[in-house]
Amino acid sequence: MGSYEPVLLKNRGVEGSCTLKVHRAGGGYAGAEKALKLSSDEVIEEVKKANLRGRGGAGFPAGVKWSFLPKDREKTILCVNGDESEPPTFSNRVLMESDPHMLIEGIIIAAYATRSQVAYVYLRVEFHEQFHILQLAIDEAYAAGLLGKDVLGSGFDLDVYVHRGAGAYVCGEETGLIESLEGKRGWPRIKPPFPAVEGAFGLPTVVNNVETLANLPHIMTRGADWFQSIGAGSSTGPKLFCLSGPVNRPGCFEGAMDMTCEELIYGDDYGRGMVDDVGVKAVFPGGISMGVLTGDELGMKMDFDDPRNFGLLGLGTAAAVVVDVETDMRDVLLNVSRFYSHESCGQCTQCREGTSWMYRIASRIAMGAGRIEDLDLLEQVSGRMGMMPGYSICGLPDGAAFPIRGLVQKFRTEYEEHMGRQRDGRAEAVLRVLN
Amino acid sequence: MAWKTIDRNEPVVDAGATPVLTEAIRGKIESFFPRYPTKRAVLLPALHVIQDALGFIGWQAMKEVADLLEIHPSAVFDTISFYTHFWTKPRGEKVVTVCRSISCELLGGREVLEAVKDHLGIGEHETTGDGKYSIAVEECLAGCDHGPCLLVNERMHKCVKAADVPALLADAGNADHGLPRSDLFDGPVVDDDRDDGVIASTSDVVEMQDSN
Repeated sequence: MGSYEPVLLKNRGVEGSCTLKVHRAGGGYAGAEKALKLSSDEVIEEVKKANLRGRGGAGFPAGVKWSFLPKDREKTILCVNGDESEPPTFSNRVLMESDPHMLIEGIIIAAYATRSQVAYVYLRVEFHEQFHILQLAIDEAYAAGLLGKDVLGSGFDLDVYVHRGAGAYVCGEETGLIESLEGKRGWPRIKPPFPAVEGAFGLPTVVNNVETLANLPHIMTRGADWFQSIGAGSSTGPKLFCLSGPVNRPGCFEGAMDMTCEELIYGDDYGRGMVDDVGVKAVFPGGISMGVLTGDELGMKMDFDDPRNFGLLGLGTAAAVVVDVETDMRDVLLNVSRFYSHESCGQCTQCREGTSWMYRIASRIAMGAGRIEDLDLLEQVSGRMGMMPGYSICGLPDGAAFPIRGLVQKFRTEYEEHMGRQRDGRAEAVLRVLN
Repeated sequence: MAWKTIDRNEPVVDAGATPVLTEAIRGKIESFFPRYPTKRAVLLPALHVIQDALGFIGWQAMKEVADLLEIHPSAVFDTISFYTHFWTKPRGEKVVTVCRSISCELLGGREVLEAVKDHLGIGEHETTGDGKYSIAVEECLAGCDHGPCLLVNERMHKCVKAADVPALLADAGNADHGLPRSDLFDGPVVDDDRDDGVIASTSDVVEMQDSN
């Protein structure tokens, strides 16, 4: 894999990489120029042929998503999802701070393909530096005639605005994002109608992730066949992988989707092993919502399909966090369950209540007051929430159920050992105080 | 208890109250109108502008922004109460936002949060007596490769160790991020509303629990 030539991160670390000059020097905006000479349907066909699957988590092909838009529409809205709140994901951040013009170029191509005249970049509020970087790049693009009226002399008009969020995980869900864009609470909407038919402000809307859009310029310049040649099967194209936790070289890496989780952690081009060579106890390979792998399952391929063979929800955001052998899994369970109980938007009962229940159960296990039946209870609660059994509006509770169920199932012996070491009567005493 | 009838045609802003949104703030909010098809959609940008300028969004500000956007104040409060970023009570000059997500926690984020609390002597979503610092916690700051991380206002501090916290908080320049800035969300400087060292008037303070 040493021969992989970075595409998305080619300008990272280059002096002045956020400026138009540097982006142009590396062949920037050639993809947009090429796209604007084609018809919008031809652009969609090319993206479909490349099978560019959404990088935001679900892996839905972007070209297919665009083709759901009604043919007779007059206005379309493009939303760029830069809400990136899934721990431990930061690939959008790295993209925006190292090459904002690549995103803007991708926005131009996507807007042209979907015939959108306005694009809103929904940026999470914690991205302060990235907001200023991106806004300055947008200002620069306007001044250079790349945005606004008559983009690149093609007669196509496009306005790009940054819309800052205000700290809510669920706004990364596409209809939650749309509600938030409209100035409301970020409550996901019941589908159908799907955003492609009735989205923001009642208009046909497309929501695409930042990384998905950053791939578009390269598909336009190098072609769908080049895109298909990276990786294998249905997992093709350049992909950003994030790695964090106690590894020697945490960071965002670009590669093909044919590496294993082990390569990501130990490979010389990637994580270079664990700090002090401690062992790996667990990995959340695709953002915490996708579920967890044990240290024996590192052979999992980081592509769209293999994670399902390991009881995971999918590839997710391909952001791996490594848990070393010295970590107490009760703390991990507590942290993960707290995240979802805090971020559940509260619309659907089983998610609002279920995530809080799981957090409370995890709290007492962490306090050394767990009972063996708590583990069964966690499995039970997590099995009865989410879109998969058909109880919820959005996928947040599925994302809560998978890691918690995975932790309980794959690390059950460890939790049982902890409980075995608890003093007799401790659980009852604590429960009396808690309840 | 008798039900009180609310006349929706009544102006929402009390005639006797002192306005808090200055002309500069209103102008900035209005500059967002052409960007969106509806006025309501300007709410989030407007709240950012207000919070940047005034430090927090109190009742009076909510009513005035409702008036400006032609929506009901309850709709403004409805939106505010959903998002953790907005403060409805005065906050310190600097807000220390500590990340508590899994990557940071594995690398010692919990100890960093404890050190910040110990050093400032306050808890989460509280403000020091001199009005200098407030503490907030956030689920993930997307700085996982540099964990544990925390924000001081807009400046990200990376790879923070619990032992570094006192020095970090004592540094007067800990909120300067030294990058070129776009002026879109930079609030106008307001001196008369916030006296040095004293928390702004608490008359229109909304005590709101941290949304959980």
